[in-house]
Amino acid sequence: MELTLWTYEGPPHVGAMRIASSMEGVHYVLHAPQGDTYADLLFTMIERRNRRPPVTYTTFQARDLGGDTAELVKRTIKAAVDRFQPEALLVGESCTAELIQDQPGSLAHGMDLGGVPVVSLELPAYSKKENWGAAESFYQLVRGLLKDQLPPPGFAKPSPQRWRQEGRRPRVNLLGPSLLGFRCRDDVLEISKLLASHGIDVSVVAPLGARPADLMRLPDADANVCLYAEVAGTVCSWLERSFGMATVKTVPIGIGATRDFLTEISELLGVEIAATSEAESRLPWYSRSVDSTYLTGKRVFIFADATHALAAARIASQELGFEVVGLGTYSREQAREVRAAAKQLGLEALISDDYLAVEKAMAEAAPELVLGTQMERHSAKRLGVPCAVISSPLHVQDVPARYSPQMGWEGANVIFDSWVHPLMMGLEEHLIGMFRHDFEFVDGHRSHLGDGAPAAVPVADAGPGAAAAQVGTLPSGPGATATLVAEPLAESLLAEQLATTAAESIQADGPAVAGASVWTPDGEAELHKIPFFVRGKVRRNTEAFAAERGLARIDAETLYDAKAHFSR
Amino acid sequence: MVAPPTSADLALPEVLKQSGQREVFCGLTSIVWLHRRMPDAFFLVVGSRTCAHLIQSAAGVMIFAEPRFGTAILGERDLAGLADANEELDRLVRELLERRPEIRTLFLVGSCPSEVIKLDLQRAAERLSAQLAGRVRVLNYSGSGIETTFTQGEDHALMAMLPLMPSSDEDQLLIVGTLADAVEDRFRLLFERMGVPRVRSLPPRRSTELPPVGAGTRLLLAQPFLSGTARALVHRGARLIESPYPFGVEGSRLWMEAAAAAFGLAPAAVAAVLDPLEIRGRRALEPHRRELEGRRLFLLPDSQMEIPLARFLARECGMELVEVGTPYLDRQLMAAEMALLPGGTRLSEGQDVEKQLERVRAERPDLVVCGLGLANPLEAEGIATKWLIELVFSPIHGCDQAGELAELFARPLHRRQRLSFV
Repeated sequence: MELTLWTYEGPPHVGAMRIASSMEGVHYVLHAPQGDTYADLLFTMIERRNRRPPVTYTTFQARDLGGDTAELVKRTIKAAVDRFQPEALLVGESCTAELIQDQPGSLAHGMDLGGVPVVSLELPAYSKKENWGAAESFYQLVRGLLKDQLPPPGFAKPSPQRWRQEGRRPRVNLLGPSLLGFRCRDDVLEISKLLASHGIDVSVVAPLGARPADLMRLPDADANVCLYAEVAGTVCSWLERSFGMATVKTVPIGIGATRDFLTEISELLGVEIAATSEAESRLPWYSRSVDSTYLTGKRVFIFADATHALAAARIASQELGFEVVGLGTYSREQAREVRAAAKQLGLEALISDDYLAVEKAMAEAAPELVLGTQMERHSAKRLGVPCAVISSPLHVQDVPARYSPQMGWEGANVIFDSWVHPLMMGLEEHLIGMFRHDFEFVDGHRSHLGDGAPAAVPVADAGPGAAAAQVGTLPSGPGATATLVAEPLAESLLAEQLATTAAESIQADGPAVAGASVWTPDGEAELHKIPFFVRGKVRRNTEAFAAERGLARIDAETLYDAKAHFSR
Repeated sequence: MVAPPTSADLALPEVLKQSGQREVFCGLTSIVWLHRRMPDAFFLVVGSRTCAHLIQSAAGVMIFAEPRFGTAILGERDLAGLADANEELDRLVRELLERRPEIRTLFLVGSCPSEVIKLDLQRAAERLSAQLAGRVRVLNYSGSGIETTFTQGEDHALMAMLPLMPSSDEDQLLIVGTLADAVEDRFRLLFERMGVPRVRSLPPRRSTELPPVGAGTRLLLAQPFLSGTARALVHRGARLIESPYPFGVEGSRLWMEAAAAAFGLAPAAVAAVLDPLEIRGRRALEPHRRELEGRRLFLLPDSQMEIPLARFLARECGMELVEVGTPYLDRQLMAAEMALLPGGTRLSEGQDVEKQLERVRAERPDLVVCGLGLANPLEAEGIATKWLIELVFSPIHGCDQAGELAELFARPLHRRQRLSFV
């Protein structure tokens, strides 16, 4: 028994619903009690789908349990097949039905359904979760539909380069995109475009938009591209074992990864791929441009599904010059890869599905930017740290109307904008800090991060290089800029020294150090000259300094003494 | 006010009974508003990952730092041995209460899986109550989908609190059913002005401050889904005030008048309080009534509030009722409402969602009231919808809220008129 407040993943049958809902011509009969239909709203509300998921529930109640629930299952299957005439039928059960053991899959197999292929899903609800359920359902469906095409044991593996002999363009399948996955709709378009530009066709995209007949064409491709291992990993390795199909495993999120992806696919398929230029995406230049200097060493905390966590770690550390101060995932199935990536960054990966543990790690890491899921968005908001969502679980606002892939060249552009904009706004906050003494200024005003300044909690400490960056990123209008720079710069240098040096000695979000030290009015006034986003940290450092020395009062001199102390 | 029903209208409408797929939430969903009503209570669902996922999806946004509800997710080991499951539950409760020392009442909430494996949560609650005596009271009820529909979860939660209510024969008006705090304060004030001796509420705002019940208790239901609680309170000596529910000007007035009559208050004094409210309420209603009048309304079963809302929308807003669906029909608690429905209204009880949607498509109503799973698909078919779940969180009771209540239904229609892409 395990206490859960919010969950990253739903139960495994919701994973199966994702597969069924992503496809065309598939229907899922789910033996489940009244109430389990709540899952429909994940699709109709979060994904804003304009049709109901293709799922029929038995919605049994207590009074049905005394009778023949197996009969109810059969009646429901019959009615669903008659009404929806699916090209393939998935049959399964949710957690409660698993306990009453009606075996809906076997019941369906025993029925005359007019030749509709039936795939029985057994998804252990008490040990597995949503992504596993999606991967398993996708695998069972593919396996069920391809069982008549299985090559004999000891068959010769088809060459991924056979397209040359066959006198056609090379072609691959894109596997893994699904509803409720992160930006899958646009990733598919972007990767299809990318491949087409190098003369590679996309044969089947699945599960998103595929029909059962499309799955039966999977072996026609020269290779499979595993875009999202959470959903397609199992299918890809089965196709590799059973049909000898090679898998492209590099996930093309970010510049380096997109290049690696093209290299992997060109070597595998024997396709000449012209050297890619940096100009394919704006990210490299945007990242090099002087305006981005202030991104240097920004502390970033990453928590996501494995695919997006791994990609984010690489982009953040290599392509944006951030410092990754936390990396983790809730995808236990891919924990090994995330652990390895964390180790390379000198970190210990956080593998957890307890969002409170993630929030605690986040607070301890004192990041300036959080890249996470919906859960981290809320945690970051509480901590007053900007956040960009990079992975499921989603909120309706993470399914944008505009084209916004994560993968490929355009994906890199989207990533640059969506990760950097919260920080640009952070700089704006700094400018507001500079204008604090102007009469128009209302203290506590923060333009977009929330309804008020976080109470005495620093947004984050200014990282090394922040001061220089602030000069570099002041808004246009040279006249205004010149007069603005000098004083705030001096302030932030002080702030930076105070804040960064002894950061680790003090809890990131704990209360101000308790003790007898009292701030004098001039001490308080000096403190208020420091930009708000480091002020909390400066306050705590100074209080720690005063407490250590048993000082009863903290005045401006104490503040400068503390500065000198921490700058050693 | 609309003319009183004629004898022809009083003929009980024929009820279409449906069985098939039911597109409704289970009773666990009520935790979403119950935990807000009683900030010193924690709701621990003993269930599966599905239960946890349901509550978080129904709650919509994940805004709470550490919510006062959670799920003890059963694992394979718990299923293998119930003795271990009990030990595990005790351990988990101890850990939870250590972290949340402010909790005074802990509800162990049964779910479909816990009911099916027959995990005895009543005994668990007794055992834990004894262990935690004086600190935390542990109660249990079932919010499982096999036994409860959506709002029925509140009914079961209140029934679990009932044995702890002290007995007293003192005269009091007991308002039963969760109301928004502001609305409740308003009703108390109005009842005081009329001269009602004492007004108390169930559930209370603090879980430990339970009202007494006894022969002097007049029971006034603020929500139409509390059948079990009403019967159990009557069993404890309370007298049920039969009335329509306080939705709209008419319903709210009849509701307050019925309560005043139960205390034998002078009608003139009552009218003095209510007349200005009625005039103001009707004025607020008027612009929305103009928008809703003559529009055809189809209500799918969801929250059990469908019949009172249909009555309000038909009688005060002039809407035409195509079909009024309800998850289940409690004829006693709905008698006063059904008497006010226009004659010949088609009522349906239970659901076969596919067949019901066929009727919706055939009838092409102007507005469909439905759950979140169906709203966007119907909109995509060109049918305006109003989803009902927000009504259980919103202040909609009382004469002063009638305008807002009507506005919630007028908004989707109004919005359609505003939008143009040509």
